[in-house]
Amino acid sequence: MTDTVSFRAPRNQWWDVWDQFKTHKGALVGSVVFIAILLFCFVGPTLWPYDATYIDIRSRNQGFSLAHPFGTDQLGRDIFARMMKGGQVSLAVGVVAMVLSVFIGTAIGVMAGYFRRIDGLLMRMTDLFLALPLLPLLLVMSMLFRQPLSSAFGVETGMFLLIVVAIAITSWMRTARVVRGDVLALKEREYVLAGRSIGTPPRRLILRHILPNVLSPVMVSATLMLATAIITESALSFLGMGFPPDFPTWGRLVADGVDYLQQYPSRSMLPGVFISLVVLSVNYIGDGLRDALDPRIRGR
Amino acid sequence: MFNYTLRRILLAIPTLLFIALIIFLLLELSPGDPMAEMPLTIPPEVREQMRLALGLGEPWFVRFYKWLYMFTIVEPSHMLANMTGIESLAVEGQRIISFQTRSPVADIIAQRLPQTLWVVGLSYIFGILIAVPIGVYSAYKQYSWFDQVGTFVSMVGFSLPTFFTGPLLMLIFSVWLGWFPIIYDTTLVVDSFGNFLLQLRQMAMPVFVLTLYNTAQIVRFMRAAMLDNMTQDYVRTARAKGMTERVVVLLHVLRNSMIPVVTVIALGIPTIFTGAIITENIFRVNGLGQLLIIAIYASDFPMVLTLSVVFAILIVAFNLIADLLYAILDPRIRYD
Repeated sequence: MTDTVSFRAPRNQWWDVWDQFKTHKGALVGSVVFIAILLFCFVGPTLWPYDATYIDIRSRNQGFSLAHPFGTDQLGRDIFARMMKGGQVSLAVGVVAMVLSVFIGTAIGVMAGYFRRIDGLLMRMTDLFLALPLLPLLLVMSMLFRQPLSSAFGVETGMFLLIVVAIAITSWMRTARVVRGDVLALKEREYVLAGRSIGTPPRRLILRHILPNVLSPVMVSATLMLATAIITESALSFLGMGFPPDFPTWGRLVADGVDYLQQYPSRSMLPGVFISLVVLSVNYIGDGLRDALDPRIRGR
Repeated sequence: MFNYTLRRILLAIPTLLFIALIIFLLLELSPGDPMAEMPLTIPPEVREQMRLALGLGEPWFVRFYKWLYMFTIVEPSHMLANMTGIESLAVEGQRIISFQTRSPVADIIAQRLPQTLWVVGLSYIFGILIAVPIGVYSAYKQYSWFDQVGTFVSMVGFSLPTFFTGPLLMLIFSVWLGWFPIIYDTTLVVDSFGNFLLQLRQMAMPVFVLTLYNTAQIVRFMRAAMLDNMTQDYVRTARAKGMTERVVVLLHVLRNSMIPVVTVIALGIPTIFTGAIITENIFRVNGLGQLLIIAIYASDFPMVLTLSVVFAILIVAFNLIADLLYAILDPRIRYD
């Protein structure tokens, strides 16, 4: 009678995460949709003959056809190309704002959790930011810095910087709170104590031992942030406070299309569907990641 | 508890002052000019006098102090006087004046408030009423088809931005079916049954858009809270005692699950006012959100400042209420 103990070859934990992630159907479909939209927006324009800003006034207001799969708008611009260009802007703003916001949130969360002396101050600041009426503030900020930034960096870069920074500094608070809570718990663990007792400086202790352990809540909040950032950018553009009018973003395209809702409903519906698809797929990816990164659920 | 409440209220005062100062300074830096709408034929010296008349001549800290005085002393006293009908309660002095209309900001807000409260408040109440049963049943029958559909719909409702669902509903119900009017008629006075029906019809779409969003959010919390509690020991005990499923779920589990959900609902109430900016803008409901947008476009600083600070007060107040509710509902939580 011999016990057959099966040893698994040691392997990277990310493979376990991937195995768990694969079992979440929504997350899998979400990733496929998200990657497809990414390809559409960033690879599509290199294959597509029309430019997003090319005006062909003679072929305006056309319906769906092979030459213009989504038709043309009131100036004869190809909507297919505008959707790709608009998606580039919306996704780029979303991703950069998400990275910035998660960076700020993680930095403040780790600082507040690790160094008790500045904890009170940083958390008061977080509470203060949470009490700000965010959408009004965003609107005021985008009104305010529009001119100076546009003249300093050019219209497109200026507006990009403005919107990304504005979204980031109004949305880091949740990440900071989650990270602080985790760091407070991690700080009491033996391995941190051991690290400190052999004289590891705080900087290395944080970067090498604490940060990898807060990675999973950070990743989950990053996906949620991406969804919120894309919605916020589109909302700003929709209200006319975002990029300039001739510069397509999905939110802007919805707003422009609403004026033609009766004659050409697809004009506002298509970008709306794209925004919704991206946000939905990102939220599902977040759901899947949350399950996959939780070692208590993984492997069940 | 009382000490904690007092401490929180005292802490809220500097927070709100600071927020007011931030918004004031932001507006101060703003390049927008409240005189931009005036005809160009006005000679420069008259223009300068008009600026002075708007109170723009003094340094910023004097103006901030004056605004603060008006906001904390003059306006509340006028509100009190209006409510009680005793004119003598109103403090004499300048009130906060809107640059656009030259009338007191508080009066305009009071005019706009009912529209917002009706449309947005109603959708919040509907959201709660729909979400709680769905969340409870979804969690009770986890992984059933009802749960699958429920979580999918709530995920969709949570992900669809209101500036997409709004035009979508307009397209379906106004353009194709012609059931509801596209534009919200705010001059409508409900004095007959016909007008009442008209009011219901024009409120239907904005309320539906916001209800979808609110429901989706509350369902997620409700379901998660129920799932957390369903596996607890006390549930097994209750079942072992021979209680019916009805009593177990509706009396024991639901009451415990409502604790986090009630706080989430309380935390969400300020967004009734701020989050509806987009929806109000789509359906042309002239509530507070639309007022804010117009004020920002017109560089109407007193209006933007006052509205933003009112929003901030609501957020701070409901944060406090949520924390207190948590302690009242859950005896395990002690703040002292």
